[in-house]
Amino acid sequence: MLTAEDKKLIQQIWGKLGGAEEDVGAETLWRMFHAYPPTKTYFPHFDLSQGSDQIRGHGKKVVAALGTAIKNMDNLSQALSELSNLHAYNLRVDPPRFSLQFLAQCLQVVLATRLGKEYSPEVHSAVDKFMSAVASVLAEKYR
Amino acid sequence: MVHWTAEEKQLITGLWAKVNVEECGAEALARLLIVYPWTQRFFSNFGNLSSPTAIMGNPRVRAHGKKVLTSFGEAIKNLDNLKGTYAKLSELHCDKLHVDPENFRLLGDILIIVLAAHFAKDFTPACQATWQKLVGLVAHALARKYH
Repeated sequence: MLTAEDKKLIQQIWGKLGGAEEDVGAETLWRMFHAYPPTKTYFPHFDLSQGSDQIRGHGKKVVAALGTAIKNMDNLSQALSELSNLHAYNLRVDPPRFSLQFLAQCLQVVLATRLGKEYSPEVHSAVDKFMSAVASVLAEKYR
Repeated sequence: MVHWTAEEKQLITGLWAKVNVEECGAEALARLLIVYPWTQRFFSNFGNLSSPTAIMGNPRVRAHGKKVLTSFGEAIKNLDNLKGTYAKLSELHCDKLHVDPENFRLLGDILIIVLAAHFAKDFTPACQATWQKLVGLVAHALARKYH
């Protein structure tokens, strides 16, 4: 369960990205495709070469959605309701337990490379819990 | 039979040469106990684990973290025989320690994040991909003798 302290840390950390959200999104996806090739199976229609417009565009979308989630941590279920429908009925990405796990890991790596020591164990823990909560919400309607 | 390309081996050994095993091991184990508190169940005799600060400063956590990562170093010297390298440890973790192998995956991912925080831009996507492969294989080797 996200504590008040967790929420504060997440908002702080997100605030530190200051405009680099698009880069963070693109890099997260790129790392995910590289480290977990099976995730590419959901993007046969994409140009998956490094720096592609589609990866940048999609990374931006993902990060924007996370930003929305962060502004609505007290009501994730409602805030992500549309995305939850999309993932369950339309995209049908393998239950988020698996794929979001890879996205979450790569996002954490990107944040860690950018923040170094600032990516403290407390921040790490808060972000991990947050991504877990997001994954749960996105999986709500799978069946 | 695992296949490592020359590039992958270089990404592993090259990075490993710069790793402070004691610091990195201590950090990784501490983070495991902090981020996934239920893992503390295996360390009930380690003393004070009541807060992140306590865990990070706990000498037994530090010592054990160093032990764990030193063993990892052995794997890196034997990339072509991870199964053999970890056979005895696998039996130990099953028969004596009773550790759910899922925890090996968790620790592996945490190690990656510790490396990322430490090496920043040098921890490139190619580097991460290779290391994710390595921690996955180590976890697999450690789980292999479970029965």
